[in-house]
Amino acid sequence: MNAPGKIAASFDVEKARADFEILSRTVYGKPLVYLDSGASAQKPRIVLDGMRDFAQTEYANVHRGVHFLSAAATDRYEAARRTVQKFLNAAREDEIVFTKGGTEAINLVSYSYLAPRIQPGDEIVLTVMEHHSNVVPWHFLRERQGAVLRWVDVRDDGSLDIEALDAAITPATKLVAVTHMSNVLGTVTPLKEIVARSHAKGVPVLADGCQGAVHEMVDVQALDIDFYAITGHKLYGPTGIGALYAKRTHLKAMRPFQGGGEMIREVAKDRISYADPPARFEAGTPPIIESVGLATALDYLSAFDRKAVSAHEHDLLTYAREQVGQFNWLRVIGDAPDKGAILSFEAEGMHAHDLATILDREGVAVRAGHHCAQPLMERFGVTSTSRASFALYNTRADVDALIAGLHKARGILM
Amino acid sequence: MDNALRELYQEVILDHSRHPRHHGVLDGATHQAEGYNPLCGDRVTVYLKLGDDNRVADIKFVGKGCAISQASASMMTEMLRGRTAHEADRLMKGFLHLVRGEDASDLPDDDRERLEVMGGISEFPMRVKCATLAWHTYKNAVEEGKKEAAA
Repeated sequence: MNAPGKIAASFDVEKARADFEILSRTVYGKPLVYLDSGASAQKPRIVLDGMRDFAQTEYANVHRGVHFLSAAATDRYEAARRTVQKFLNAAREDEIVFTKGGTEAINLVSYSYLAPRIQPGDEIVLTVMEHHSNVVPWHFLRERQGAVLRWVDVRDDGSLDIEALDAAITPATKLVAVTHMSNVLGTVTPLKEIVARSHAKGVPVLADGCQGAVHEMVDVQALDIDFYAITGHKLYGPTGIGALYAKRTHLKAMRPFQGGGEMIREVAKDRISYADPPARFEAGTPPIIESVGLATALDYLSAFDRKAVSAHEHDLLTYAREQVGQFNWLRVIGDAPDKGAILSFEAEGMHAHDLATILDREGVAVRAGHHCAQPLMERFGVTSTSRASFALYNTRADVDALIAGLHKARGILM
Repeated sequence: MDNALRELYQEVILDHSRHPRHHGVLDGATHQAEGYNPLCGDRVTVYLKLGDDNRVADIKFVGKGCAISQASASMMTEMLRGRTAHEADRLMKGFLHLVRGEDASDLPDDDRERLEVMGGISEFPMRVKCATLAWHTYKNAVEEGKKEAAA
């Protein structure tokens, strides 16, 4: 049973759990077992309190008024930008653009960076394990401008073949867009190597870090990566906010994204000039309260020994993997070495949605479906999988509840 | 065991999902439509042979998805066979009421008794779409699925 102390003396899971009020609730009379953090993580009290405190004491619109509160709110908003900068180890704070999430961050790169650089026949390299948010913005360029999508397959264990990716990069390649960690397989990609290989051919790299930034330490300078997208709500922060890291040189050369307030230098009736980055890409009133929530969440996460948190999550994954490995009626999808704490599987004779419904009645929340990764479903010949994703607040008891639920589902459905 | 679950996954439903009735492509179909739920990937194609006044002379389906979606499609084919368009409409309305936990007393008694087995779904609002997919697809086939060759 639970022995977090044995896993890592420097991470106390029970203490962390106490930070998340929702974990003490019941569902259908059963204790909540939340194994869907890969879709969205729960929020610690400090994040929720921080947002409310800010709204109650320092809130106003940013970058506008000269009054006291506007200055205070602007300070907090810009401080949040520096917190993201530090979290990703970006060289400069103006390399961080706030967005409404990871999806918007990638759409921003697609629209403002890549679209003006695409001629018919130009290629975009991506892997079959991308989330739709790192697929559809590139499909837009295929549909509208004749870009060609070059798909890199994964091995049967879900790992990425770096040689296959390298081979897919041709003189026509304009961007490599790759996940840092698959939301279905848990596969962690060798970003540093991918960037090195791509840059050797003069091709920039975008990483979808929506899962990766939660479970891995990210250092955009060490990676030398061009674009890195994150989302707040998977990082124990609020919904409605994410961020794009982009190298200063790219941002300066990029056209605006949405038009509106905040992103201009000067507007006349017959001409317009735009603000410098990052303001150029932050049209309209930004998610101000959410920026405070995100910064608080990143500080919360960073205060842990991240290596110990990672070891804890991997222990849960290993523990779960060992048990389901004994079921001959269950097929795990994604067994790449050093993968992150996500377990996807298909159970013989039990559709993922029926399974998820039965688990739900046991209080166990898992995700069932195609996980917004249909090219990957096709790759593995399935229409849907069940997915348990582990966060810092999960325990071995949560895994036990999942396993018991699987047995129960089998009893009902088979 | 959880009563709601027992009600949802009762033997009749599991039997229909494991051994779907009227499963397969219908040769000589006059109408067909494909239903797809992008949220969960459930898929069903309904084939119809409509007679005078849109009476359901024959009906078959193929599909892939969860137990609820497939059982519902299977039961629907049993229920709709031989029905007039008017009867089929009434059945569908009654079925939709039933799975949403609404009053279905306008259904004839014997129809209601047969369909009531799906009533347990009303406790699972996230799954109602699984149960209604086949019926909406049937409706779509009648209204917009007339095949060219049969025209």
